[in-house]
Amino acid sequence: MATTTIAGHEVVVDDEGFMTDPNQWSEDMAPALAEAIGIELTDEHWTVIRFLREDFAAQGETPTIRRVSTTGGVDTKRLFQLFPKKPAKKMSYIAGLPKPHGCV
Amino acid sequence: MTAMAEMVVPSFDDAEESGRKLAIICSKGSLDMAYPGLILGNAALGEGVELHLFFTFWGFDIITKGRMEHLKFSPVGNPATHMPAALAPLPGMTTMATHMMNKSLEELDIPAVPEFLDLISASGGHLWACRLSADMNHVTEADLYDGIEGIINASDFIELTDGAQLLFI
Repeated sequence: MATTTIAGHEVVVDDEGFMTDPNQWSEDMAPALAEAIGIELTDEHWTVIRFLREDFAAQGETPTIRRVSTTGGVDTKRLFQLFPKKPAKKMSYIAGLPKPHGCV
Repeated sequence: MTAMAEMVVPSFDDAEESGRKLAIICSKGSLDMAYPGLILGNAALGEGVELHLFFTFWGFDIITKGRMEHLKFSPVGNPATHMPAALAPLPGMTTMATHMMNKSLEELDIPAVPEFLDLISASGGHLWACRLSADMNHVTEADLYDGIEGIINASDFIELTDGAQLLFI
């Protein structure tokens, strides 16, 4: 655990750099988090990030890739394009959420 | 001036050009043996690992259009079901066990086999069918799941999985 500053906000992150408290996240931090991992946010990215935040608030856990595609309406192929190689981890990182626990 | 901790950024292995590669040989066609390969394969794709699934022998049912939706689970010869061994072979037991397993999978929001293959295809996984199994079953590409990239022989499979980690299920 360490404290770091992201887009002017002081937040707690784990050893890997993931934020540990979803409540410390705000939308103005997403572009900085995305930029740090080489992603420039488009409207489509925002659709995913907002779905992640809403679904986490409702379900208490980060949705998996499958859930983002079946419930969030952004298909799997597109997720791999928007968040290359490791979509589940990258999108949770940008949304300030823990990595998904589900296997599928 | 206060000291500021430098922002720690997770490594998503983006820099690695020659990434990890996983090949899974799916040789069983029962419901309980179909899922491990699909689940691990899907997980590998989510981690940016190049994936090849090779369906062979009984595993052909997983990708055969007329059968993929009707895979069965039998408690016969499986002590881990904790069912008295004498009851397992009774009529209707396989149907019941299959129904129960499908229900558990559905409750956990695990997709059915065809939808799982769609997910793996959409995630960039490569699906291959075994030439010998196709010949034995008199099956052509038309009978197989549409996302199958080809019917290939064992040598082709060995060639294309050069350097891959291998799993036989």
